[in-house]
Amino acid sequence: MTVPVAIALEVNGERVDAHVLPRLNLADFLREHLQLTGTHVGCEHGVCGACTVRMNGEIVRACLVLAVQASAKCVQTIEGLSDSGEIADLQAAFRERNALQCGYCTPAMLMAAQDLLGRQPEPSREEIREHLSGNYCRCTGYQAIVDAVEATARARKARPS
Amino acid sequence: MMGKELAGGLSISDRPNSYIGKTVPRPNLDRLLQGRGTYVSDIELPRMAHVVFLRSPHAHAKILTVDASAARQMPGVTAVVDGKELAEVITPWVGVLSHMKGLKSAPQHAIAIDRVCWQGEAVAAIVATSRALAEDAAEAVVVTYEELDPVTDMRTALDSLTPVIHPSLGDNLAFERAHHAGDVDQAFAKSDEVVDVEFIFGRHTGVTLEPRAVVADWNGAEARLTIYQGTQAPHMVQNIAALHLGINEQQVRVICKDVGGSFGIKVHVYADEMATYALSKLLRRPIKFVADRVESFNTDIHARDHRCKARVGIMRDGTITAFEIDDLTGIGPYSMYPRTSAIEANQVVNLVGGPYTTKNYRARARVVFQNKNVMCQYRAVGHPIACAVTEGLVDLAAARIGMDPIEIRRRNLIADDAYPCGSPTGLKFEKLSHHVSVAKLVEMMGYADLRAEQAALRKKNIHRGIGIASFIEVTNPSAAFYGVGGARISSQDGVAVRLDGQGAVICQTSITEQGQGSEAITAQIVATVLGVSLERVRVILGDTDHTPYGGGTWASRGAGIGGEAALQAAKALRQNILEVAGTILQSTPAELDIANDAVVNAGDRVPRLELKELARIVYFRPDTLPPGIQPELMATRHYVPREFPFAFTNGVQASWLEVDVETGFIKLLKHWVVEDCGTIINPLLVDEQIRGGVVQGLGAALFEKCIYDERGQLTNANMADYLVPMSGEMPDIDIAHVVSPTLESELGAKGAGEAGTAGAAAAVINAVNDALRPFGTIITEIPLTPEIILRALGRI
Repeated sequence: MTVPVAIALEVNGERVDAHVLPRLNLADFLREHLQLTGTHVGCEHGVCGACTVRMNGEIVRACLVLAVQASAKCVQTIEGLSDSGEIADLQAAFRERNALQCGYCTPAMLMAAQDLLGRQPEPSREEIREHLSGNYCRCTGYQAIVDAVEATARARKARPS
Repeated sequence: MMGKELAGGLSISDRPNSYIGKTVPRPNLDRLLQGRGTYVSDIELPRMAHVVFLRSPHAHAKILTVDASAARQMPGVTAVVDGKELAEVITPWVGVLSHMKGLKSAPQHAIAIDRVCWQGEAVAAIVATSRALAEDAAEAVVVTYEELDPVTDMRTALDSLTPVIHPSLGDNLAFERAHHAGDVDQAFAKSDEVVDVEFIFGRHTGVTLEPRAVVADWNGAEARLTIYQGTQAPHMVQNIAALHLGINEQQVRVICKDVGGSFGIKVHVYADEMATYALSKLLRRPIKFVADRVESFNTDIHARDHRCKARVGIMRDGTITAFEIDDLTGIGPYSMYPRTSAIEANQVVNLVGGPYTTKNYRARARVVFQNKNVMCQYRAVGHPIACAVTEGLVDLAAARIGMDPIEIRRRNLIADDAYPCGSPTGLKFEKLSHHVSVAKLVEMMGYADLRAEQAALRKKNIHRGIGIASFIEVTNPSAAFYGVGGARISSQDGVAVRLDGQGAVICQTSITEQGQGSEAITAQIVATVLGVSLERVRVILGDTDHTPYGGGTWASRGAGIGGEAALQAAKALRQNILEVAGTILQSTPAELDIANDAVVNAGDRVPRLELKELARIVYFRPDTLPPGIQPELMATRHYVPREFPFAFTNGVQASWLEVDVETGFIKLLKHWVVEDCGTIINPLLVDEQIRGGVVQGLGAALFEKCIYDERGQLTNANMADYLVPMSGEMPDIDIAHVVSPTLESELGAKGAGEAGTAGAAAAVINAVNDALRPFGTIITEIPLTPEIILRALGRI
């Protein structure tokens, strides 16, 4: 059996030092070691998107990243984005539009949507659907999510910067 | 919408604080939006251990030996338990219901003993301090098997040369039902045309994003088991767990917090969940089981997998003369517990032809055992089959006589003024609205313009199709579903409403929440009836220790049954509050009303006493009330429909799509639904239930299929190979409503949770056949993969 490896990273703005087995993935590290349970595990093979987090500014599937690969990186999860207020408007749009039912896909969906809005401030509905097409939602049928992202893009554009 | 009046002269929908019929956001969404929900997979308890099940690689095999000696020495391992050891703690079960006449099944154990009957059946439980360590140890458990011939093809399951899976049952027939109404033979003989086809429906599954998960915590000191589980039916789980562990229901508490999707997948009791309860009792510590995705595909119930031979008779004037079906479905090796695996086929028999006037109907359904994963009720149980068969036949009949699909429906759907009436299978329809729904759909989708567009594009070799599907949906089930068959699955629900010390309202309900909006609609109803602001109402659900007894949320029953219980409980509390207020204000209940969180004069609406002040007096200064006055600021009511066994709803869907005849790919362009679920409590939530349901039906229509090989191996048990609908392929869905409330309840609400799924696939199949009409080919199989399309076109 391999031995734990020391890692040091930043998670939601806080420095984290830990010893982890090389086989531990980032999703399990966040959930089981840091109790950041807002990052969800759906398929564990990189298809459903439920574990999407941000690492050094890029969204990644935390089930396909090993915790040791996150060492020296900056990781942001739904808890961090919520507490910073970065996506408060997007969350409000999801709430108003009922763009979530069971809520299990939602933290990752918000991560992916915020990633799109950062790249493309005026996405078309097709672009929204395309960008979110790696995030599985069984409840909503997606239309409400597309509506909420579209409404947020419009509101951000109208907001004086 | 609701005619009945409360004291005060206003109906409950026109009073102040009327939230019924209004779109308001669900309470507590922020918790989920911020990743601060509590799903079972998030729960950790002191001393908790994790169980991993070693599962059979074979579809059918004798278990010769299970050697766990090496595994027991592995790091972190607490125990390795096989079927025989666990059977000392938990008894086996048989998934039958007495009203499903002839239904049979064999005893099923929590962990297989001596024999495995499907690939994925558990043969041993490995308990360790983490899931990863338990998985490591599972690899060290050595099981030897003797493979047996598997029964995989439902078409030959009843042949004399096919092995019988459970010899004690005599054959592989689990259930058979035949029904005959009218004179079908004469009707077909007199018909101008008879269409005769076979429909094939793929086996698919729910793919809830959160897999099934349970934490079972046996507290030996209290002799009590607490089960944390994302179940749709907590009291059912309580009953089943107690029954098979040999303890009283009082010794079992079921807690259901946030649930990551259910759709019927989480309304059953699975063998691995039973094993987890038993392991907790055996090992006297909390045990957590979270299925991984491969386990989900191999053990979450599968659904559909029907082959249905079907006929329809038609006159040249468009009159449908008769329907006939011969349906066959394979359900795996056991009838699922406790709801059984005969319900879907039974529903197909009940529902085929249901929207139409013809009284001539003959049906046979056979349900056979196979060595594949278990099958059971999944969202819209039977409806997608019945709807696709019926609507497929209607469209094919229309095409045969050269009639427009809308016109044939106008001529044959039951007239909107014909109610109440019944179906050839004895279903009772209180009030449906097929014709007004079709008219609304035609207008909403711009039917004539689409037909013109379709014709114009055909000349450019672009092949678009329109598919129509009328449907009926079973909602608000009474005891006729399960209770009469001996299952302890409650058909009634209870709600308790109380005023707290600051004049806020606490509401406990036996329905459950998996994202539909059960909390929201309960709060809306209670706030409306009481006359308080919505923010003051807090809803508690999903805990057998802290809610009234009831069925839960499944079969489109939450709003119609739990909602009515909430309404009646709030009415009772309202009356109690007015009686106390009458005493305090030296008035009478009839002269008072409640509005905006205060008792007001019924006449001039002048506020007299805030509810928080009334609560203060009742709870803290009861000494100031007259002698003999004992206020009851809590009221509980229960409700179950009695007059109609089911509240049928209806609707119609349409699909507009394009078939690429070169590649076989289908692009969904638009989908429309007109639906009648009676009183609408929250329009946005109803629409979102329908949209989500439609997309589940679209998944079945285009993508989803559990592919087994001839040895009973599931070959696509992962999300890369089993395709689900993603945002890129799904269309926008427009929804409109017709409102025909049930008069059986004061609320008038019927269910809406399964309407979308019921008709979506049927609309898509009809649209594809409409698109391909110039090619003279007919497809009656789903999922409509490119391969199926290209084969039908003769391109491969």
